Amino acid sequence: MTSIHIKNGFVVDPAQGIHGDKKDIFIENGKIVKSLTHAEKTIDASGMVVMAGGVDIHSHVAGAKVNVGRNFRPEDKMQSTYEPYHGIRHMAGGTSVPTVFKTAYTYADMGYTTVIEAAMPPLYARHTHEELRDTPILDQAALPMFGNNWFILDYLKRGEIENAAAYTAWLLRATKGYGIKCVNPGGTEAWAWGLNCLSIDDPVPYFDITPKQIVSGLMEVNESLHLPHSLHLHSNNLGNPGNYTTTLDTLKLSEGIKPNNNFNREQVLHHTHIQFHSYGGTTWADFESKGKEVMDYINNNPAVTCDIGFVTLDETTTMTGDGPFEYHLNKLNHLKWANTDVELECGSGIVPYVYSKDVYVCGVQWSIGLEMALLAKDHMRCHLTTDHPNAGPFWRYPRVIKWLMSEKARNDVFASMKNEDKVRDRSTLGSIDRELTLYEIAQMTRAGTAKALGLSSSIGGLAPGMQADVVVYPYNPETDSDPEKIEWAFSHAKYLIKSGEVILNDGELVSNGNKKTYWVDVTTKPNRQVERDIDRTFVKYYTVTKNNYEVTEHEFMKNPCAVKIDAVQ
Amino acid sequence: MSKRITDIICPFCGTLCDDIEIDVSDDGKQILEVYNACAIGSEKFLHVQSPDRITRPRMKQEDGSWNEITYDEAAKYTAKILCDAKKPLMYGWSSTSCEAQSIGHMIGEQVGGVLDNTATVCHGSTLIAMQDVGIPSCTLGEVKNRADRIIFWGCNPAHAHPRHMSRYSIYSRGYFTGKGSKSRKIIVVDPRPTDSASLADEYIQVEQGRDYELLDAFRAALKGAPLPEMIAGVPSEKIYELVEILKQGRFVVIFFGMGVTHSLGKNHNIDMAIALTSDLNNYTKASIIAMRGHYNVTGSGQVLGWQFGFPFCVDLSRGFARYNPGETSSNDLLMRGEVDGCLVIGSDPGSHFPIGSVKKINAIPTVCVDPHMTPTAAISKCHVPVALVGIEVGGSCYRMDNVPIDSRKVVEPPAGMLTDAEFLDLVLKEVNQIKGDAT
Repeated sequence: MTSIHIKNGFVVDPAQGIHGDKKDIFIENGKIVKSLTHAEKTIDASGMVVMAGGVDIHSHVAGAKVNVGRNFRPEDKMQSTYEPYHGIRHMAGGTSVPTVFKTAYTYADMGYTTVIEAAMPPLYARHTHEELRDTPILDQAALPMFGNNWFILDYLKRGEIENAAAYTAWLLRATKGYGIKCVNPGGTEAWAWGLNCLSIDDPVPYFDITPKQIVSGLMEVNESLHLPHSLHLHSNNLGNPGNYTTTLDTLKLSEGIKPNNNFNREQVLHHTHIQFHSYGGTTWADFESKGKEVMDYINNNPAVTCDIGFVTLDETTTMTGDGPFEYHLNKLNHLKWANTDVELECGSGIVPYVYSKDVYVCGVQWSIGLEMALLAKDHMRCHLTTDHPNAGPFWRYPRVIKWLMSEKARNDVFASMKNEDKVRDRSTLGSIDRELTLYEIAQMTRAGTAKALGLSSSIGGLAPGMQADVVVYPYNPETDSDPEKIEWAFSHAKYLIKSGEVILNDGELVSNGNKKTYWVDVTTKPNRQVERDIDRTFVKYYTVTKNNYEVTEHEFMKNPCAVKIDAVQ
Repeated sequence: MSKRITDIICPFCGTLCDDIEIDVSDDGKQILEVYNACAIGSEKFLHVQSPDRITRPRMKQEDGSWNEITYDEAAKYTAKILCDAKKPLMYGWSSTSCEAQSIGHMIGEQVGGVLDNTATVCHGSTLIAMQDVGIPSCTLGEVKNRADRIIFWGCNPAHAHPRHMSRYSIYSRGYFTGKGSKSRKIIVVDPRPTDSASLADEYIQVEQGRDYELLDAFRAALKGAPLPEMIAGVPSEKIYELVEILKQGRFVVIFFGMGVTHSLGKNHNIDMAIALTSDLNNYTKASIIAMRGHYNVTGSGQVLGWQFGFPFCVDLSRGFARYNPGETSSNDLLMRGEVDGCLVIGSDPGSHFPIGSVKKINAIPTVCVDPHMTPTAAISKCHVPVALVGIEVGGSCYRMDNVPIDSRKVVEPPAGMLTDAEFLDLVLKEVNQIKGDAT
């Protein structure tokens, strides 16, 4: 299909400031175009919403820990929902941790076309890419983890930003990664000895560097390399009552750092799943929301973006590079615990978790996410995620959208809770009557995320020249008023087009598309010291050779798409 | 003249050594010398040029003799028996690449096969235990760089994973373990005084089949509970002493093997070993790692995991993936007579399965894809020799700690030989044709 005309839809496109006007969208040769003389396919989108394909900035969908989650939870498969093999559809199953096929089909049904894998252990990069390669339809990228990497800890301790940057460029190339992810800076290295770093001033054992130095250093490295995305941070002290002070301390580290890139990115720090980092109280007994305090700070600092990590009140499988957190979570719920510490680099943990609406702490967590999103003043900088599958599975996005767009839907959840009064008492959510618009939802789910990723020139919008990722949702903003219709429509895209190719036609999967994988190829000045350090470290401390470490584009990536950057100057 | 190829991955055991160096002849056809590999690994590399190597597929005749056929004919036959069968078993996958596994899985999807790997008679019980109680683990580099307390329980790396001890677990010198074996205390628990036991600081001769009791006693001792005088043949003072040694370590690692996975208790032994590891984390840092056997059995579990959600015993015969070891496991299916067609690849059940299952494999149409003449090949209707992964063709493999390594091609396979991925591709095309689905 080379030319498509989508007519009469309510177009919602924050990238161009279009608020649901009735407009036509034209597609030719994989791109959006201004007009067409003749369309080979015409889609009548009358009474439906047209948006750019969704862009998920943070989701755990591929790689070592995701697969541990799949393999160690047969109970997560739910036989009755396992989709059979049919035509071009592979068998597809799994609930909180779906298989690669189910992941792709479900994202497509939700109108998403780009999904960023949020945590790639460098040593396991090949595994991540094998899964990305097998995931159809979606354009993807993966963020390798740097915050506990021995090279980085060593260079930053000595203030050697240039060396840290040269190493970062090398690692991005070796792992075919897209940006700098930092999980529990220093804390996961400490966890290798069974310890943790809970504040930004807790020194990392042996390395004698603080999380503060790591975060500041990585932001500097990021800007010196002019990367498309900013530092992508999961800060210290996740999930603990009273952690909002650590979060504010961390966010303040962004002050004074200026974005330096050619990708129209304006932030220097993306703080992920901020909901998990906005807790007050001193114990679970006096646990309360500090979402307002944290969001107030973000509202006033345009150099920071965040995604929320909405708790969806489901049974799920938590998985994170924050090894010590998963250990402590397991001490709370005593379900099974998997952990993998990765030599010289990072770690991870996996624990199943049930967010029950009848447990007041879970209820408060649910309300904090929504409270923060509703208090946000700029939804280009506040994104919709569930930190899939940590706060809930990604296929609950439509439900989250319903909650954000309908006070009634939120009140229904409150009313169903065993501890409604207590939950209402611990956050300001109950007093917020704001209902987000489709425009704000589009900012949170495509325009804002694409911009924060440095991809706004090609995705997240419908301007002529952009990649033709377009979705048509069966929702009429003029006549539909039932909140349930919102949830249904956002999980049942009527049409989905990716790079100009029809993926869903009248709700039916008609193509597995032609996915691509982004990675960042930065050229830096030759750095003999870093080259020598890498060679020596592989010989002495790694258990694979340097030559067997690098992921090759040719074997492990489908349609690799290298973003080339010259950072020599 | 010869040329040296470096950074070669050894396709033998789950240690997946990646520092092998090989001298090949100038024309790239002959392996002249193998460096760094253990005796088993070297032999595997050198064996590719064995003069008696079978290089073409063969069908077994009525009289038991073999008749050479083409790869196309072999692919047609394989596709036919898989499509004709109600419940075809597609077993093995552990000595081949992830790429080949993936093609096999697409065949399995179309024919409604049961996909099972060698874990089913090996570390399948470990996988079940992980599903029960999780698994706190780490990569082998963490062992090399940090571990100062190493337990080998029911495994004998001196024979089964020969370079494990020098590369990772006993002699290696890492960042925080600069003194190599002197920085570590080695404990071996085994009913037999193995060669590995002879390297231990502490050798514990557990009574055969009583590992569960001993592991349980370790947990009890860790919690300070009273113990009877003797447990599983070990005096209680010894257990208290060992627990103290472990608690005082900075980083404890338990390696375990078939001595616990397939002795009495099976997965319950592993449950207890994992629980002990978790408990140790209350005092120090502790991890546990399964000594996986075949070089890519781990990879098979990974690919099955991301494509279907289960690590082994994956039954696709109802059109979607089901998993229920005991019901969907190879031996149970064979013993119950449910299997009516069989593809074996990258494994030798003829040697490893109980005789009852082997007889069933012999009785039904079976295709064996294997570079070598194995007992399985001998009882199959069709034997398809293929190029050796990791020697004659590259491909992705997963080490015992799940670290993916891309194996390399060292020499050309004999002229006209296909790789397993190429052969499976032919089969997939035939299956597509039979099923009338050109996609």
